[in-house]
Amino acid sequence: MATTYDAVIIGGGHNGLVCAAYLAKAGRKVLVLERRHVLGGAAVTEELYPGFKYTVCSYVVSLLRPYIIRDLDLVKHGLQITPLECSYTPEPEGPGLCRWPDPHRTREEIQRYSRKDADIYPEFGRAMGRLARFAKEIIDNPAPEPTSWRPSDLMQLLGLGRRFRDLGDDLGAIQFKLSTMSAVDFLDEWFESDFLKSPMSVSGIIGTFLGVRSPGTAYVLLHHYMGEIDGASRAWGFAKGGNGEVSMSIARAAQAFGAEIRTEAPVHKVLVKGGRATGVVLENGDEISARAVISSCDPRLTFLRFVGEDHLPDDFVTGIKRFKFRGSSGKVNLSLDRFPDFKDRPGIGMHVMGDIAICPSLDYLERAYDEAKYGDFSSRPFMNVVFPSLLDPEMAPPGKHVASIFVQYAPYDIKEGPEHWPERREAFGDAVIDTLSEYCPTLKDSILHRQVLTPWDIEQEFGLSEGNIFQGELSLEQLLFQRPTAGWARYTTPVRNLWMCGSGAHPGGGVMGAPGAIAAKTMLAQGAV
Amino acid sequence: MLRPTPFHERTTALCESWKFKDWAGKVAICTYDGHSEREYFAVRHSAGLMDASPLYKYDVYGPDAAKLLSRFATRDVTNGFGVGRVTYCTWCDERGNVLDDGTISHLAEGHWRVTSSEPWLRWLLRHGRRLDVRVEETTEQLGCLALQGPHARDILKQCVDFDVDKMRFFRVRKTKLDGVDVWLSRTGYTGDLGFEVWVDAAHALPVWDAIMAAGRIHGITPMGLDALDVCRIEAGYILQGVDYFSAKNCIIEARKSTPHEIGLGHAVDLDREIRFVGQDAVEAELKGAHKWALVGLDVSWPEIEALYEEYSLPPHLAPVACRDAVPVFEEDGRTQVGQATSHTWSPLLKRQLSLASVQPRFAKPGTKLKIEHTVEYERRTVTATVVERPFFDPERKRSTPGRA
Repeated sequence: MATTYDAVIIGGGHNGLVCAAYLAKAGRKVLVLERRHVLGGAAVTEELYPGFKYTVCSYVVSLLRPYIIRDLDLVKHGLQITPLECSYTPEPEGPGLCRWPDPHRTREEIQRYSRKDADIYPEFGRAMGRLARFAKEIIDNPAPEPTSWRPSDLMQLLGLGRRFRDLGDDLGAIQFKLSTMSAVDFLDEWFESDFLKSPMSVSGIIGTFLGVRSPGTAYVLLHHYMGEIDGASRAWGFAKGGNGEVSMSIARAAQAFGAEIRTEAPVHKVLVKGGRATGVVLENGDEISARAVISSCDPRLTFLRFVGEDHLPDDFVTGIKRFKFRGSSGKVNLSLDRFPDFKDRPGIGMHVMGDIAICPSLDYLERAYDEAKYGDFSSRPFMNVVFPSLLDPEMAPPGKHVASIFVQYAPYDIKEGPEHWPERREAFGDAVIDTLSEYCPTLKDSILHRQVLTPWDIEQEFGLSEGNIFQGELSLEQLLFQRPTAGWARYTTPVRNLWMCGSGAHPGGGVMGAPGAIAAKTMLAQGAV
Repeated sequence: MLRPTPFHERTTALCESWKFKDWAGKVAICTYDGHSEREYFAVRHSAGLMDASPLYKYDVYGPDAAKLLSRFATRDVTNGFGVGRVTYCTWCDERGNVLDDGTISHLAEGHWRVTSSEPWLRWLLRHGRRLDVRVEETTEQLGCLALQGPHARDILKQCVDFDVDKMRFFRVRKTKLDGVDVWLSRTGYTGDLGFEVWVDAAHALPVWDAIMAAGRIHGITPMGLDALDVCRIEAGYILQGVDYFSAKNCIIEARKSTPHEIGLGHAVDLDREIRFVGQDAVEAELKGAHKWALVGLDVSWPEIEALYEEYSLPPHLAPVACRDAVPVFEEDGRTQVGQATSHTWSPLLKRQLSLASVQPRFAKPGTKLKIEHTVEYERRTVTATVVERPFFDPERKRSTPGRA
């Protein structure tokens, strides 16, 4: 008889691996099954052009929970995260804006656009920092359950209530506004400069099919300020070796704890007998039995493909079908023969050793969204550019560079239909290069190789439904006790012994590892494995 | 009054922070742009270049040099310590109390070099009286650059005239760096892959320029002492004057330490022909019990967060390493069992680390202790667990890719 595992985890993305590591650390016999030939899911580094390494999908680390780094001893297993130096917003004509770790320097930069805004900017940061502590409580614990009368759930709600009260009236009001307003409306209450508000507003729309003026987008702004309270002075970081190294360090930790990991082992079905998950069937027909099956894949894939509607209650199926993906972004990775100078600040300097936001005005962002609403990619999209080779010289041969360009909007549902994306892929890539060339005139001449990923590609290659980078939109109605659907936000599912541990579960996406870790802890606490 | 180092012209021109400090009477830079974290990450990700010229340096010549140094230091360098080797060691007074720590390099036949944090010319001369040696202080004459970080080797490859891949940990050799004669040692104080370049002061600037130029594509970053302090604590390295005190500077006995008490027992060779100064006392001490043991402490971050939470504050730590000694208590939080002398938040490990001297029975890894932590002017304690040093120990620190 084949070996029985305590847990088999579908998907070797970073959350699946975190979950595996925690369970293995607790002495459980764990198997991770990854469909691709490399681990990491969307946190993966691949050398697609000789000598040049792309951090293919996700490219920065913002919220990887520090307790995971400590608990799993990830640094010993190779994890090294360096903070991004600067947030740079170039202008096609003009000086552009750099926001530095040095507050005095940032103040001088903002003063060029508004002296008033320069004054209020640090105050805004402090207010957001205090609110972020509230959010931290939420992302470091299972989702609060407002309808439950269980003492532990009530205690958790009371605790959150106390924290909310501690915020005081002013911050309490801000918190409420954050939950309801659009990113732009919210920022309008603080700032007057359009050019400052543009780069600040975009964190509200990343991974959603919403515009910066859509209600509800303010909430995600908070995440930008979370790093501060994790004991680091800067929130965003780049992992040495790219995000693939984040995954690999977690995989090595998991293996050191005894977890078994198989690549090129695509799962076909979850085995369900009498309402219980008993294991999985691989595409090659192999059956693997386990006390618990844990899916790190998104809810649609997990329930509608691996489990099947037959095994699920109707209302749950409806809830999962309603869960919004609506991938809205693409990714372009470039190998560069030399560094492409920015018009207003040429050369390699600290200003380009961070993230570079292409969003010259709020109207620009809204227009980019307008095109997407009617089924086109943005001809002038919002882009977030990072040059990984400046942060880790090993990403490219000496003197050469790689660029990682996150692009929004690229709606999954283009008007021709998503399956027609491959025909439009290169046109989309061209739009990205044309846009960036307005800021870096020599860019085109320095490109040695380019990889263009549309939402369709992200779905096909990485198994993210509709190409949504967060395994489901990070909009307020799909967060907390509603992720992925009401009543099932605590990693359990209607199928006994089947659990969720991916970004489609609380607290959601980003390379933070929290769903994997909290799922594992929940399972261990409940004796489920 | 502070004196410039041989690299002063270059380092001060790059220093935007105006943060300088006194290092052995020389101008040393704390941080170049006011954010030492960037310099710290350069050491861990690419390479940092630091002016370490203020170190005291002594060149020892003559057929009896090894004899003198074996009398001087706790390491026995008379036996099999060939040309090209470097050792880290300590030296004691007659009562076996530590005076200083540093390196001894065997540069060439009859040519050795000692580095230290305090001046020891008189001490060296005194123990060399009846020997055929010549001791020359080279502190002012030699500039020293520490090139530290995973890309240090790749940078040097472009400017030296031998195969750096083959150079082993704790080795030294003469080479030409961009045409200038230098001594190159694979040593450092960061716990990372790294080298130190020793150059005649007159040729210092071209060496700085050559390394900076070669390092450009590797993201080389000039680094100051603030970043170094974080690195050395992560590496578990102690610092004289902070984690222990030279016996010659101590007014009371209680402040003095023996090599074993500061975790340098591994640098003491007892089985030897030439006995080192203080060996009798060190041997006598080994028969009894040590008073102190040097340990690494991992201070519980969740407890620090919870402590600040009691005051409705976010956790607040100094942005640089801290050298204010604080008491360490038994787990009950009442009985003091030692003191923590260096502290830093490790940006890489996401841990709060301390180096501490504790009573030996509390030195076992895994032992839970309490460390003082002041919040809102109130002295409180949080749990600190004894852990193995170094806290951070990458393989690249010692590995030699070019060795078959």
